[in-house]
Amino acid sequence: MTDPSGGPVLEVSGLRKEFGELVAVDDVSFAVPAAGSIAIVGESGSGKTTIARMIVGLERPTRGTIAACGRDRSRPARSARDRRRRGSEVQIVFQDPYTSLDPRQSAEATIDEVLRLHHGWAPDRRRARVAELTELVGLDARQARALPRTLSGGQRQRVAIARALAAEPRVLILDESVAALDVSIQAQVLNLLADVRESTGVSYVLISHDLAVVRQLTQDVIVLHRGIVVERGSTSSVLDDPQHEYTKRLRASVPRPGWKPRRGALLGAGEGTT
Amino acid sequence: MSGLGQAPEAERAPATGLSPAAVGQTPQVAPLLEVDDLTVLLRVEGAERAVLKDVALAVRPGEAVGLVGESGSGKSMTARAIDRLLPRGAKISGQIKFDGVDVYQMAGADLRSFRNRVAMIFQDPRAHINPVRRIGDFMTEALRTNLKVPSAQAAARAVDMLGQVGIGEPERRMRQYPHELSGGMLQRVMIATALLTEPRLLLADEPTTALDVTTQAEVMAILDELRRDLGLAMIFITHDLELAAAICDRTVVMYAGQVVEVRESVLLHDDPLHPYTAALAAARPDIGRTATRLAAIPGRPVSAFEAPAGECAFAPRCPHAADICRAGPPDLAELDGGLSRCARAADLRGTLRGADHD
Amino acid sequence: MSAAVPLPAVHPRRRAFSVLRGTGVAGIASAVVIAVATLVAIFGSMLAPYSPVAANISLTFVGPSASNPLGFDFEGRDVLSRLLAGAQSSMLGPLAVVVGALLIGTLLAVVAAWRRGSTDAVIASGLDILFAFPGILLAVLAAAVFGVGLLSASVALMIAYTPYVARVLRGAAMKERGQPYVAALEVQGASGASICLRHIVPNMMPLIVAQATIMFGWAMVDLAAISFLGLGVQPPTPNWGFMISENQIGIPEGYPLPALAAGVCIVLVVIAFNVLGERLLEQAQAAR
Ligand SMILES: Nc1ncnc2c1ncn2[C@@H]1O[C@H](COP(=O)(O)OP(=O)(O)O)[C@@H](O)[C@H]1O
Ligand SMILES: Nc1ncnc2c1ncn2[C@@H]1O[C@H](COP(=O)(O)OP(=O)(O)O)[C@@H](O)[C@H]1O
Ligand code: SF4
Ligand SMILES: [Mg+2]
Ligand SMILES: [Mg+2]
Repeated sequence: MTDPSGGPVLEVSGLRKEFGELVAVDDVSFAVPAAGSIAIVGESGSGKTTIARMIVGLERPTRGTIAACGRDRSRPARSARDRRRRGSEVQIVFQDPYTSLDPRQSAEATIDEVLRLHHGWAPDRRRARVAELTELVGLDARQARALPRTLSGGQRQRVAIARALAAEPRVLILDESVAALDVSIQAQVLNLLADVRESTGVSYVLISHDLAVVRQLTQDVIVLHRGIVVERGSTSSVLDDPQHEYTKRLRASVPRPGWKPRRGALLGAGEGTT
Repeated sequence: MSGLGQAPEAERAPATGLSPAAVGQTPQVAPLLEVDDLTVLLRVEGAERAVLKDVALAVRPGEAVGLVGESGSGKSMTARAIDRLLPRGAKISGQIKFDGVDVYQMAGADLRSFRNRVAMIFQDPRAHINPVRRIGDFMTEALRTNLKVPSAQAAARAVDMLGQVGIGEPERRMRQYPHELSGGMLQRVMIATALLTEPRLLLADEPTTALDVTTQAEVMAILDELRRDLGLAMIFITHDLELAAAICDRTVVMYAGQVVEVRESVLLHDDPLHPYTAALAAARPDIGRTATRLAAIPGRPVSAFEAPAGECAFAPRCPHAADICRAGPPDLAELDGGLSRCARAADLRGTLRGADHD
Repeated sequence: MSAAVPLPAVHPRRRAFSVLRGTGVAGIASAVVIAVATLVAIFGSMLAPYSPVAANISLTFVGPSASNPLGFDFEGRDVLSRLLAGAQSSMLGPLAVVVGALLIGTLLAVVAAWRRGSTDAVIASGLDILFAFPGILLAVLAAAVFGVGLLSASVALMIAYTPYVARVLRGAAMKERGQPYVAALEVQGASGASICLRHIVPNMMPLIVAQATIMFGWAMVDLAAISFLGLGVQPPTPNWGFMISENQIGIPEGYPLPALAAGVCIVLVVIAFNVLGERLLEQAQAAR
């Protein structure tokens, strides 16, 4: 894959999505450098998933452009080859580990299918790569052969990550991918994601409402409120010194040692309406 | 349900029999709720399996107790056992006393009064509210049917309570249907409803887990304030140590269907007694800084029936496991004003620091 | 947070067996009846003690004897031999109907679910129109256009059953289509056809099999009715449905056995398919 040297691996500009009357995403722009990472934070319904779905081509933008590895992907792919190439540029891991795997497919079969799709490799080579990927995400041989229903949520999420990595993407979108996991498993998966970035140089777009997770995994952040970017900057500066009213409210709501929820202080526009 | 009240009370010292200081009680106040030796078996995949093992906890009047643990640790089952809402076919032994009376011996008027004095709120309000009935109807039902409060009076109380949980235009809300309300709003309706019968104990099972963090903070604040105003005792279930600590006096940590630590909430994060509590606190990323590496716990959380028998249930995942841990299941023992189920608790005292990442 | 209760992995070869066992005593008994009927359909002509078509007027409606346990029919042919040999056409017709209707119905359901939007709407309204025609009416039309015979009757029923199948399966296909794993495959760049064939349809299989089983029973009844009307299998080919109609003249004359024997075969097989199908359907729905 050619790397447009120095340019961002993912660039989104003026993105807008309307669902009928509703403007779910409005004039969102951001760029992710190679091996960089950006977080999109905001409350539920603020348009985070819609942005992710537009980037991976599951939803068509009403306006705006999306480019990955220098190639436009704002309109639907025209050929099977184009589709596959897009697949090898940007991948996504969804939130719910229970529905994001085919219940009839083992981890190995799931990964192998992706390898067959992207590479014309012989079975031996594919098998070796499957073993590499399952090991990378920390699945043992039994787990790799098991059907999803015999795996725990954390293990399933590892399979989903391995499947996404099998395409050797430059950008990996994580849409609340660790939100459904237990704390101890969440830590394992976050460490895994850090290792993967180290070894593959993949860029992350992390969608999360958990600011601690955002801090752990990303360099930059944009704060989304009702489809609009209300604040952006480096993750540490935005979290340490939030400027926008909504970001402050978000920051103040995070439970931490010594935290006391106070009533009324937080009542804002988002809540209280139906 | 069988085996109720038949549990031998002699011999085994129930946890509440430990020194009152150990469970954080002021000696003169009798507990409102006492759970001793609670073991629950359920049919899982055709076999009878333990989901709770010897759970013991006590709640004083007006006290808030956090119940913390990862999924499958038995938090919900504990709450359901207390409220007599266990799944059909559950086998339960041990004892649950409310105001000194065995909950499972209650019948008739006693049981009805128990139902009014213990209220429960759940993680997903939508699953627990009839979508085709108006909010007002739902809220006043218990008052009208159980307590024979006249409709107009019940409605007036509901409106007042909606105001207290911070819902504007309560009269209009009373006429609305559940789908017209946001998740956070609906959860506040559930809290208001739970408080209407003037309960003395509130069982809150992850009431904010499904909410946005800003909404969560608001709901937590409301819960905390109203509880204090009304002198209500509460068991607050969550998987988040910090969240429990924010509004609970004491926290009970569960792992694999057992209580592994009981500790004053303010001490839990920085000075835990049990390696699992320390590991939980350390695994959570810190919003204030980026750790080079999170202190993940290997393996995954297990249910009571999946835990190894004859040794410490946490041993397979514990960084401090030693031979003594595999010699037998450790007891819940007093330590530094708390309780810990760890064979090496005294050894490890002072070395378990939750907050340390690097 | 959700608790995962680990389940032991089930060996795929044991799956069919465990599915069957899950249908209970009635389900297993039905499966046995179906298996016997299928074997007879395959080997029946060989098992027949006498020629199923050799007529002998002098034996018309002669009752059972040791050598002919079910007696003779209106043309003096051995009833047992005709039943055994007739299994083939009696089972083959419904099989063709079911296979055809399922293939087309599944295709339409999956295409509608995959494309959604206007394609879905067009398919839905097309099916609504077809739905308005009863199977027997279509069979009469088909007989008028293509001539009388098992093939045209089967084709007519197949067309009549297709909208029903498509409608039932469309819901299941839609549900599968909306699963995140399907979105993940789309993002990978997999083609719609391969996602549908390798993932969506296999995951609908339990429902498809259950539907097929139930429909087989209906098709058998409908084809028997069509044969009874003389629009299906043509004499002298033995066929259970037609055996009822050709031997009905014996009923008022006190020789009900030939017609009755064929009727019992049909009823038995139809009930077996229905019971098994319903049980499989329950299982498929419980699994979702
Ligand atoms: N396919 C759709 N049709 C109509 N509205 C949608 C659709 N998908 C999302 N929305 C709406 O768009 C808004 C943003 O949704 P989403 O992107 O899922 O938010 P988030 O991921 O931040 O929770 C919400 O109001 C949601 O109801
Ligand atoms: N209805 C049920 N039937 C059988 N087992 C159940 C049922 N509900 C929960 N369990 C099991 O009981 C154990 C404890 O569950 P639960 O109390 O819900 O855990 P928690 O609330 O701490 O996540 C788990 O192993 C769970 O799988
Ligand atoms: S008993 Fe041993 S294995 Fe168990 S928690 Fe204590 S130190 Fe760890
Ligand atoms: Mg989302
Ligand atoms: Mg629970």
